[in-house]
Amino acid sequence: MSDGSCPLTDTEVVDQYFLEHRAKVLDVAAFLDRIDRAVHDSTAGDSLTDYRVETLLACIAMLHDGSGDRARRIQERLSDQTVDPIDAAPMQGATGAPAAEADG
Amino acid sequence: MKYIDPHIHMVSRTTDDYRRMAQAGCVAITEPAFWAGFDRCSVEGFRDYFRQLTVVEPARAAQYGIAHHTWLCINPKEAEDVGFAREVLSIIPEFLDAPTVLGIGEIGLNKNSRNELEVFALHLELAVQRNQMVLVHTPHLEDKRKGTLLIMDAVENAGLTPDRVLIDHVEEHTVGDVLDRGFWAGMTLYPDTKCTPQRAVDILERWGTDRIWLNSAGDWGDSDPLAVPKARMEMRRRRHPEAMIEQVTFGNPIAFLSRSGHFRIDG
Repeated sequence: MSDGSCPLTDTEVVDQYFLEHRAKVLDVAAFLDRIDRAVHDSTAGDSLTDYRVETLLACIAMLHDGSGDRARRIQERLSDQTVDPIDAAPMQGATGAPAAEADG
Repeated sequence: MKYIDPHIHMVSRTTDDYRRMAQAGCVAITEPAFWAGFDRCSVEGFRDYFRQLTVVEPARAAQYGIAHHTWLCINPKEAEDVGFAREVLSIIPEFLDAPTVLGIGEIGLNKNSRNELEVFALHLELAVQRNQMVLVHTPHLEDKRKGTLLIMDAVENAGLTPDRVLIDHVEEHTVGDVLDRGFWAGMTLYPDTKCTPQRAVDILERWGTDRIWLNSAGDWGDSDPLAVPKARMEMRRRRHPEAMIEQVTFGNPIAFLSRSGHFRIDG
């Protein structure tokens, strides 16, 4: 797995970067807890089945699926996989995950 | 050590940012035309913006010893109205001979629509006609992968040579295709979207340091005008040699930008 492209040893990487990533995991956990605790929007469905949250949870599963190249694969999972231009831009921003109808 | 931030929107930044960047070693920047956060409603609004980019900002930057250059276009976020985009395109040639204009940019796609592609092709046509270099914006988030592929096809179809085109905002899923097809690549360092300094250095470790640069793309949103020096610190933290840091944050920008014929930097 190691190709030596990062000059640090694997132990040094853990020593130097563990705390910031521990914090990021806790941020994700707290975000999901916050959804649980939030006032429910009766006009919407279950927020934990929102396509963005479902995609996020799928990406988390990819972190420990036994394969490497995690960042690139997660980027692909978060990407629109269609190939043709759309007829008109529906908005100027982006949501961060492919909408369900464009997924796959 | 000197560095260049080759993509930053200083019209949105304060004078304090110029001072802090100069103190951190910044000696040159390039500023692509971009979206103001709202759609402009007249061609004259763009004419004023282009005057700001070619006259006002170079003078402002010079007070801090920073060389300022620019790229001109109508940004893809305002490209859904093709008729209006054509009007804006018609005034760009008035500014192309200004001494600090490097080329056309940041053009590209935003939501990957047919109209955006048409306006992108019009910009590429102008670049070919006027022998201009090109700085390309790739879409955000879920639209980036698809848009990057559409953009590279369009550039190749327009007849531009890839070594005069930099495709910006690459990330893990696009950097390989961009470099493999002969383009220059830019990595943008953003707090929440695009690359963190750590991930940008990971990409350098995996894809190498040829034909690639780092930028802050600092603007009116969440962004950090000192992101490039922070990435330099990250490289040092991992014991990468100073020559590599210098190449990516100084030598590579000079190598690409100098092809315009308008890029000047003291020393």
